[in-house]
Amino acid sequence: MKYFALFSLPVDFNIDLELLNQAYLQLQKAVHPDKYAHKSSAEQLLAVQKSAQINDALHILKHPLKRAEYMLSERGIDIRAEQQTLQDPMFLMQQMELREELEDIKEANDPDAAISAFDKQIKKIDLDYHTQLKTLIAQTDIEQLHRTADVVRKLKFIYKLREELERVEDSLFDD
Amino acid sequence: MALLQIAEPGQSAAPHQHKLAIGIDLGTTNSLVATVQSGEAKTLADENNQVILPSAVHYTQDGIEVGEGAFKNAALDAENTLISVKRFLGKSKADIEVEYKQLPYKLSDEGGVFSIETCQGLINPIQASSEILKHLKLRAENSFGGDEITGAVITVPAHFDDAQRQGTKDAAELAGLNVLRLLNEPTAAAVAYGLDSGQEGIIAVYDLGGGTFDISILRLSKGVFEVLATGGDASLGGDDFDALLVEYFKQQTNQTHLEAKTLRLFISKAKACKEALSQYKTVNVGLEVDGLPQTVTVTKEFFNELATPLIKKTLRACRRAVKDADISNEDVLEVVMVGGSTRMPSVREQVGAFFEKQPLTSIDPDQVVAIGAAIQADILVGNKPDSDMLLLDVLPLSLGLETMGGLVEKIIPRNTTIPVARAQEFTTFKDGQTGMSLLVLQGERELVDDCRALAKFSLKGIPPMAAGAAHILVTFKVDADGLLSVTAMEKSTGVQADIQVKPSFGLSDDQVAQMLKDSMSFAKEDMQARMLTEQQVEALRVIEAINASMAESKGLLTEIESVALTTEIEKLAQLRETATKPDELKLGIEALDKASSDFASRRMDVSIKKALTGQSVDKV
Repeated sequence: MKYFALFSLPVDFNIDLELLNQAYLQLQKAVHPDKYAHKSSAEQLLAVQKSAQINDALHILKHPLKRAEYMLSERGIDIRAEQQTLQDPMFLMQQMELREELEDIKEANDPDAAISAFDKQIKKIDLDYHTQLKTLIAQTDIEQLHRTADVVRKLKFIYKLREELERVEDSLFDD
Repeated sequence: MALLQIAEPGQSAAPHQHKLAIGIDLGTTNSLVATVQSGEAKTLADENNQVILPSAVHYTQDGIEVGEGAFKNAALDAENTLISVKRFLGKSKADIEVEYKQLPYKLSDEGGVFSIETCQGLINPIQASSEILKHLKLRAENSFGGDEITGAVITVPAHFDDAQRQGTKDAAELAGLNVLRLLNEPTAAAVAYGLDSGQEGIIAVYDLGGGTFDISILRLSKGVFEVLATGGDASLGGDDFDALLVEYFKQQTNQTHLEAKTLRLFISKAKACKEALSQYKTVNVGLEVDGLPQTVTVTKEFFNELATPLIKKTLRACRRAVKDADISNEDVLEVVMVGGSTRMPSVREQVGAFFEKQPLTSIDPDQVVAIGAAIQADILVGNKPDSDMLLLDVLPLSLGLETMGGLVEKIIPRNTTIPVARAQEFTTFKDGQTGMSLLVLQGERELVDDCRALAKFSLKGIPPMAAGAAHILVTFKVDADGLLSVTAMEKSTGVQADIQVKPSFGLSDDQVAQMLKDSMSFAKEDMQARMLTEQQVEALRVIEAINASMAESKGLLTEIESVALTTEIEKLAQLRETATKPDELKLGIEALDKASSDFASRRMDVSIKKALTGQSVDKV
């Protein structure tokens, strides 16, 4: 779990975002290319690389879904590049309904209200999976890990929906 | 008479040599240069005590005039007077023709490069921009008594895309400046404002210049300026408000098409009218059409009505930036106004209403960007080794690649903190496929046609395999200047595929080198000599940097390693004296860099450990 170690943080899905940010700023103060602008080219090159790595590590640890995927991959289950293999009819049905609802937002009489109602709905589902993950991800036996992976896959669907909601929002604002 | 310098015992006579560094605000309408002297940042004035240089370049038979003179007489020789060229940077002729219906110039795209026909031949926007930069460089050198400038920070609109940034950097290099960093204008303003006020918390910088609009949301805390989100429009500024007035003038004087001279007159009258309306309720504009005087009256109410759609457009970008920053309007502690166009009362009113806060206009909106750039430049050249300041900026526009069906696959989304490196895997479509064509795009839309095409890469030398078997890893890297580079590798064989870059906009490295050569022969200077001097300066810089690092981290090298590295340093020091060709010296610098890379990496590891434990270097 080198990303956690990089920020001197314990390996834990319930990450302390405040501590993460503090450690991040300390590290950037040490490695940012601006600190090496008058140093040798070898040091400048390293500074860009290190600074980019630290930015990437922060990006992954800050984001709940990416953090969960990363922790799973470090435990031997890499679902980051896989095509969807989820087989849960109930869940898929719920997804289809949500998608239809999302489509209808564009034609809604009050799109702003429709967006915030939809947003609320997703947030509730998100919170539910989040709570499940908090206890699940600490487990180490393989069966539990696969259960964890399924929750993360579901969470992935939810984040996709979120992105699409944002796109809808953007397209409405662009007019 | 020079005073004798007496050093304290145990200190060298020159413990800390102050290096000359400048910050340049290369604006659409106006440009400025600033520096830090005796700990204070200030803009530098010309011999007439003017700090603002109009961004106008007049090409004549005898030479090139830059600034006020060029601007004033623009209407007399409109075709040869290049004004607001910043708006053309990184664009194609087709883009410009779509965007600007009427320009007083003859446009060309000979050799695939957009340029303007002048009496001195074809001039591209990079060359014209470099004339402005040269002018400011000279002004700074004069104020330093002719001393050499070590480096410069050049500001760019936060919303500039890769081609526009690259164009700016090329212009600076063409002007003979060592570019320390390209700095986003709102970030520069935040630095000037933040260091001055000592404010902590979230601020919004609303920057409406002559040709560009930026909104940046930053978090200020203990010397760290963290950009949370940025947005804007790289072609929306004061010029657009003028253009609306020009249209109105045309309508009122029954004109449909204006010749270059009349158009330039209308534009300058529009600008003056807009400025006057900040003070007066009604302005009578005297125009001359076909030799006949005509008067058009513009009221404040009418102008506000005209301007509102443009202001609304900026507010939409504000709303999006606030959302991207994941904050709400109430979290914004202060709204800083930057850029001359924020002098318009209706802009101030509407921005104030949006953020529900009185916008801050106490700092000169024209000078604040250059001041911030100077502060950053002073730190980057190493004049303030103990400075706690850190700027964390973001990529303004998403970067991606074209995939099947004309869709864009985003590799790095907008508002990602830079520097950043992200990779994505692609595979082959057909059996035995050995090449692949990749189109690099920048923008937020899903369709390729709606995004900006930055470059086309052809990847060759992929070993023939079954379709889908090759794993091509494409890596996007964005450095601290916000500039992109792309590499590609076939993973299963480890073959680094050849990449050919064909920039869709702007200039290739060869074209820039050629322009540099041309400008040299024009100035009757020897290109080789200048390049050799540049390498000598660089060699000295590298030697000094490594010496300083060795003195700082003695414990990181064994006796033998220390001797070996010292030998390498001496080798370069000698080569610096004897080398007659720039390439020879360049290789020497690279050799020393390589010899010191292991040491550099140890130093980096130590500073990372030190950052987290707060211990001194020796204890780690």
